[in-house]
Amino acid sequence: MELQAVVMAAGGGSRMMDLTYSMPKPLLPVGNKPLIWYPLNLLEKIGFEEVIVITTKEVHKQMNIDTKMKLEMVCIQEDADMGTANALRHIQQKIKTDILVVSCDLITDVALHEVVDLFRAHDATLSMLMSKTHEFTETVPGQKGKKKTGEQRDFVGVDSSGKRLLFMANEADLDEELVIKKSIMRKHPRMHIKTGLVDAHLYCLKKSVVDFLADNKSITSIRGELIPYLVRKQFSASTNSQKTKDDSEKNQKKTDLKTPDIHISSKDEDLLDLAREKSCWNDHRGDMSDAYHGGKLRCYVHIMEDSMCYRVNTLAAYIEANRLAPKVFSEEFPIHPTAEISEQSMVGADSIIGAACHVSEKSSIKRSTIGASSCIKEKVKITNSIIMNGVTIEEGCNIQGSVICNQAVINRGADIKYCLVGSGQCIEAEAERNNEVIVGIDQLMEI
Amino acid sequence: MAGTEGITQQELNNSTGETRDETDSRKNDYLQSKVEGKALSKEEKLKLRKEKKQQKKNKKDDKGPAKEEKAKKPVPVMDGQQAQQQRVVKRLPEHIQADDPAVLKKVAKKLERQQIPLRSDYGSKVSLFSHLHQYSRKAPLTQQMSIPSTVIHPSIVHLGLQYSQGIIAGSNSRCIALLHAFKQVIRDYATPRNEELSRDLVNKLKPYISFLNQCRPLSASMGNAIKYIKKEISNVSSNIKEEEAKTTLQNCIDKYIEEKIHLAAKAISKSAFEKISDGDVILVYGCSSLVNYILCDAFERGRKFRVIVVDSRPRLEGRETLRRLVKKGLSCTYVLITAVSYMLPEVSKVFLGAHALLANGYVMSRVGASQIALVAKAYNVPVLVCCETYKFCERVQTDSFVSNELDDPDDLIVTRKGKTELQNWQDIPSLRLLNLVYDVTPPDFVDLVITDLGMIPCTSVPVVLRVKNVDQ
Repeated sequence: MELQAVVMAAGGGSRMMDLTYSMPKPLLPVGNKPLIWYPLNLLEKIGFEEVIVITTKEVHKQMNIDTKMKLEMVCIQEDADMGTANALRHIQQKIKTDILVVSCDLITDVALHEVVDLFRAHDATLSMLMSKTHEFTETVPGQKGKKKTGEQRDFVGVDSSGKRLLFMANEADLDEELVIKKSIMRKHPRMHIKTGLVDAHLYCLKKSVVDFLADNKSITSIRGELIPYLVRKQFSASTNSQKTKDDSEKNQKKTDLKTPDIHISSKDEDLLDLAREKSCWNDHRGDMSDAYHGGKLRCYVHIMEDSMCYRVNTLAAYIEANRLAPKVFSEEFPIHPTAEISEQSMVGADSIIGAACHVSEKSSIKRSTIGASSCIKEKVKITNSIIMNGVTIEEGCNIQGSVICNQAVINRGADIKYCLVGSGQCIEAEAERNNEVIVGIDQLMEI
Repeated sequence: MAGTEGITQQELNNSTGETRDETDSRKNDYLQSKVEGKALSKEEKLKLRKEKKQQKKNKKDDKGPAKEEKAKKPVPVMDGQQAQQQRVVKRLPEHIQADDPAVLKKVAKKLERQQIPLRSDYGSKVSLFSHLHQYSRKAPLTQQMSIPSTVIHPSIVHLGLQYSQGIIAGSNSRCIALLHAFKQVIRDYATPRNEELSRDLVNKLKPYISFLNQCRPLSASMGNAIKYIKKEISNVSSNIKEEEAKTTLQNCIDKYIEEKIHLAAKAISKSAFEKISDGDVILVYGCSSLVNYILCDAFERGRKFRVIVVDSRPRLEGRETLRRLVKKGLSCTYVLITAVSYMLPEVSKVFLGAHALLANGYVMSRVGASQIALVAKAYNVPVLVCCETYKFCERVQTDSFVSNELDDPDDLIVTRKGKTELQNWQDIPSLRLLNLVYDVTPPDFVDLVITDLGMIPCTSVPVVLRVKNVDQ
């Protein structure tokens, strides 16, 4: 077996608590499919047959995805607040080969072979996917004023071919300056630093990295700690020693005692080295060093340009994904066969109606998504909104640009614009809400 | 009676060169004899046998004119069974019949059976080379395969990718990488029930070899290595346990590499050392691992010489040679192949590496090597080709057209000052880009071939091949 897929679905969705306080993030509906369906669909399409899903018991109970793959659910405690690296350490026994780690909130249609080919061809330790940031154009409920950008930027340094990852730092970790080591500049004099990239949280990691994690318990998060560590380690002195084999083994043992090191070599490594030595290929030119500068640890990145790639971890991303994902992914009819739609109502072509819905007369639904078992009464106008499951909307309501969560009730004549109505909430009749987040009192107590 | 039972009425009717009456009369004879239960007379039996052969001959002639086009010997008309045995049909390898739809269909079927995707050709080809495949590096074979590859062993997929992207390039390097991948395959192999390792493992290797062939056409060195491995696997006796057999095979592979590549390089270097004198100016072309080894070894042993490295687009492999030699400490000059005739007056010897040595003494090497040999001959500079014996192959070729490799034509496109002139070359109907990989040098231009068996003239290659076959 070449690769094992691991989906991380235990996260809490800390940046969109309004949505996730009642429903766990992996189960949030996007285009009437739970969020976790999208990465699983991606894995299924490219040919994976087994996936390990790390999630909480609650999600496991409520999840039912029909997929041909064999899903191995690993449940962890919900309140343990495990980092992603800790989760990997938890399943270390199940991992027998290199792994492909995907986050549950990734919606993309990238050709994954690009990422995996970098991993295979260059015998890389890490290969990841990044995408150019898209500006979110929709108005986000509850957001006052312009969105603050530049807070959580990633500085990503790639070499001139655009594939080798040289440098990665998050703005939050830096004080005022960006420090670049001289060893990087000596080996790669031309480096392109990009800031407009979003990390898709899709990583191909070698098995030796998982073993390293098992020994080194101080790393808790893949994205926050492991990846920057690996990128830095490419150019660290110990992995690039030009000493003889015996010396390096001795050094290895010494460093093992202090900090566990990543063992890069595999069996028959000599033959592979010999083949590379005799090959007339080099990944760079202009200096006297061999291919890859003799470094054994290599990190690669594939930066996608055109295709769709969203990480649904903020409200804005959620709304954007809801609008665009169905266009790319829907195979069935936009209007579910069991939905009852009366003839005098108008349902736009880009709207999605879930199962067992009721849409009464003279209602108009445009560019919206209606979840299962929802009930829309007469003369309701819904535009640009996301209505989740089990919602009741009484007559004469006007809903625009809003997100209405599960089991909410909007009483008659309400006028909701750019609002987020939390789960189970009830909007009184003739209410006029504009750009508000309406959630329960118990949610307000959580910080 | 036994010989004539197979003859049906129809065959009797179809026999050529006979009138109806004769057929009828013979038919009657036959039927009569059958009815009577008597054995046919000797002449009748001979006649019937002759007819049978004739009909079979006619059927074959009708069926396959395509197959028997090129290399078939004229079949002398003989009676009896000798007519069958003398017909030697040499089939052309499939990879040089890319414009024959029947062959393409056959290949597609075979790949489908082995569950390997078919790589489609890219770009318009020059008509002289339309019988060869031309692939694009941007469309790797892995695009059409499932990502955790289940059909093909992961190390073979890695290898195929490295071949198609040019990360492992060069005859020796490709062979060593191939043997390394085979070692992994053997290590992970488990004999299924009711199967023998000697037969099943060979069958398992076939789709892998097809896959590698689709990624990049196999080199002669790889072909010979595969033949060796298959022979070793078939020779594994069924008595020994699986683990032992696997270890034996892996040791065989190690031995092959050690003998045919390492020790051969040492032997060749020793012979070549005698040919390099102090004060020499040696010209090398492209990047040959063997020639680099020879030069570095000679330098270490104390010879004083300088090197002129000749390079050519689009591969520009000479840069690698230059880097390695300069790193060792040799003094080098670097020119492009266009300047070869200006440099040759000061050159004392030319050392060329080879991709393969053909059975008629022709040297198959990187495109441009034959030009170097030609110009060197014109200037009376001796040309020495260094080649290990495991790269000798039994193919015969006199020109570079019939069997070659077409590389990605987009490699020829260059961007200078932000402008790419050939960016839309496919839109111009009368423009074709050609990126050849190999060419053949006639033996008249080669003065000496240095092999691990000694220094031989080019025409002695068939002798070496014969000796090798006898040994094996």
